[in-house]
Amino acid sequence: MEIPYTVEIRRDTGLTNGKIGIWLFLASEVMLFGALFASYILIRTGAPVWPRGDTILNVPLATFNTIVLISSSVTMVMAWASLKRNRFGTFRMYMGATILLGATFLVVKYFEYSHKFELGLFPSTSNFLALYFTLTGLHMLHVIGGMAVNAYFWGPGAKLWKTNPEWFTNRVEHSGLFWHFVDLVWIFLFPTLYLL
Amino acid sequence: MAFPRLNMLSYWSFFLGGVTMLVSFFVPGGSAQSGWTSYAPLAVIASTGQTVWLFGMVFLITSSLLGAINFIATTIQLRAKGLTFMRFPFFVWAQFVTAFLLLLAFPPLEAAAFMQLMDRLAGTSFFLPSGLVVSGQVLTNAGGGNPLLWQHLFWFLAHPEVYVLILPAMGIVAEIIANNTRKPLWGYRSMVYSLIFLGFMSFIVWAHHMFMTGMGTAMAAFFQTTTMIISIPSVVILTALIISLWGGSIRFNTPMLFACGFLPMFGIGGLTGLPLGLNVTDIPLHDTYYVIAHFHYVVAPGTIFALFAGIYYWYPKATGRKMSETLGKIHFAGSFVCMNVVFMPMFIMGLAGVSRRLYDGGAGYAFAQPVLHWNIVSSWGAWALGLFQLPFIFNFFWSIWKGEKAEDNAWQATTIEWAAAPSPPPHGNFHVAPEAYRGPYEYSVPGAARDFVPQCEA
Repeated sequence: MEIPYTVEIRRDTGLTNGKIGIWLFLASEVMLFGALFASYILIRTGAPVWPRGDTILNVPLATFNTIVLISSSVTMVMAWASLKRNRFGTFRMYMGATILLGATFLVVKYFEYSHKFELGLFPSTSNFLALYFTLTGLHMLHVIGGMAVNAYFWGPGAKLWKTNPEWFTNRVEHSGLFWHFVDLVWIFLFPTLYLL
Repeated sequence: MAFPRLNMLSYWSFFLGGVTMLVSFFVPGGSAQSGWTSYAPLAVIASTGQTVWLFGMVFLITSSLLGAINFIATTIQLRAKGLTFMRFPFFVWAQFVTAFLLLLAFPPLEAAAFMQLMDRLAGTSFFLPSGLVVSGQVLTNAGGGNPLLWQHLFWFLAHPEVYVLILPAMGIVAEIIANNTRKPLWGYRSMVYSLIFLGFMSFIVWAHHMFMTGMGTAMAAFFQTTTMIISIPSVVILTALIISLWGGSIRFNTPMLFACGFLPMFGIGGLTGLPLGLNVTDIPLHDTYYVIAHFHYVVAPGTIFALFAGIYYWYPKATGRKMSETLGKIHFAGSFVCMNVVFMPMFIMGLAGVSRRLYDGGAGYAFAQPVLHWNIVSSWGAWALGLFQLPFIFNFFWSIWKGEKAEDNAWQATTIEWAAAPSPPPHGNFHVAPEAYRGPYEYSVPGAARDFVPQCEA
C-alpha cells in the first residue's frame, strides 16, 4: 500500500507528512535547548560570582562564526530556491557552499576549543566553562548532523531528483528547516555565552 | 505509519536502549544503584553502571521521541476520508495527546542526562554543590552546581510521564465501556477537551514532587494550585465513564470486567493523590508507604487493569480467536481481590509514618511496630496476585491455537479497526481503504437494523 501525502499536500491540513514530521522534531529540539538554557539561568543565578563571557572567550572569532552560520542559512535557502526554479547545477553549488560554511564553523570552533585546552581551561574548571562546553558541544553535534544530511542530498541522495524532483525539493526544504534551527540556536548561544 | 523507516529506527533504538541497560549489570561495581529517579549528587558519584544506564536512557528517549513524531504525523495526516478529529475513537485521542507529552517532556530529561554524563565523565559540577563530603573526603570538583536542578529537569519529564501511563489506559477503558454498554460514551466532547487540558496541565505540576526540598512557599503554592486544577479534568473523564454505564444493557465479558474494575481502582488512586498534592499534608506523607499505595492504585489496578482489558478486547482482532472467558473471569476476580490486599495495607502503614526507604523495612523503629504486621498481609497478597496471573499466561498462549474462532467483528463494535478490517488484519490492514461517515459510538441508534452502526458504513 502506498503511503499518501509524501509528496502531494493533504488538502485539509495543507501539509505533507515530512513537513509535519520535521516541525514536530524541531519542537522537541526547542524543549531540549530550552532545558539547557533554563539550566544556565538556574546555575548562573545561584552562583556568587559569574565571569563576563568576553573575559574568557574569544568574541571576534565567535562573531566571525555567527556571520559564517548566517551566510550558510542564506546559501541553504538559495539551494532550495534553485531546485524550485529547476536549476540542479546551481543547487549543487549552493548546497556545497552550505556544507563548506558548516565546515568552516567547525574548524573555527576547533581552534577555540584547543586554545582553551592549552590554557588549561576544561569543562571541569568552572561551571561557566562547563556550560560553555556542554552547550556549544551539543550545538556542534547538531551542526555535524545537519552537515551529514546536507552532504547526503548533495551526493547520493540527489538521485531522487531524476525520478521525483518534487519529493527531492521537499526533502531539501526539510533539511533546510533543521539547518536554520541550528543557526538560530547559535544566535541565542552567542550572546548568552560570549557577551552577557 | 506515516514514516515506516522512522518506526523501525524507533524500535531498534528502544532495543539498543534495553540491551544497554541490561549490559549495565555486568560492568564493575554493578548496575545503576541510584533508584529510578537517579537523584544527584548520589547518581553522580555512583559506580560505572550509572554511566551505562544514562546511555541506555538516551537511546530509550530517542526511541519514544521518534515514536511520538510518527504517531502525531500519522494521526494528523493519514486519517481515513471523513474521519474528522471529533469522529476519532477516544482511544485515538488518548494516544494523540500522549504522543505530545512524550515529544515535549522527554527532551529536558535528555538534556539532564547529558549534563549528568558530563558530571560523571568530564568532571563538571552541574549537580554537585561546593564542599560536598563523600566518605569523609571533600570532593575537589569546581562545585557551585545545584542538585535541585536535576530534580526539576527530572520531574519535568516524570510528571507528564505519569499521564503517559494513564491516558492510553483511559482510552482503552472508554472503548470497552462504549462497546459493552451498547451506548454512546456520555459526554464524548467534554472528555476530549478534558484530555487536552489534562495534557497541557501535566507540564506545570511537576514540582509537587519536590515540596520536601524547601524550594520556597511561593513555588509550593503555585504548584499545589496547578495540581488541584489538574484533578478536575481527570474527575470529568472518570465521571463521564461512570455515567456512561447508566441505563446500558451491559455485557459483562472479561474485557468489560477489567474496565469496570479500573473505574473504582483509579478513583481510589486519584483521590488519595489529593493530600499529596497539597503542601501541608504532603510533608508528613512524603516518601511513606502512602505514596506507594497511591501511585500503585493509579498504575497497577488502574493502568494494568486497562491493559488487561485491552488485551482481552483486541486479542480476537490480532489473532482471529477469542481468549477463554472462564479463565479470564478467574484472572479478573483473583487479581481484583489481590491488588487490594497488596496495596490497601500500604495506606495504613503510610499513614502511621512508615517510610519506604528504611534499610530494615522498619523492624528497628518503634513507631512502625503497631502497623508492621500489615507488611505480611501485603506480601501474601503479592504472592497470590502472582499466582492469579498464571491462568492469564496460559490463556494467552493456549488461545492463539485453541481459542474459540472469532468473527471479524468479534464484539459487534462500531470502530473502523473492527468493522472494516479482517481478523487478523492482512498486510496494509484493510483490503480497501475505509471511509468514515459518522461518529465512533453509534450504538443502539433508534430505527437502525442492528444495535450498532459502524463508522465506515455509508
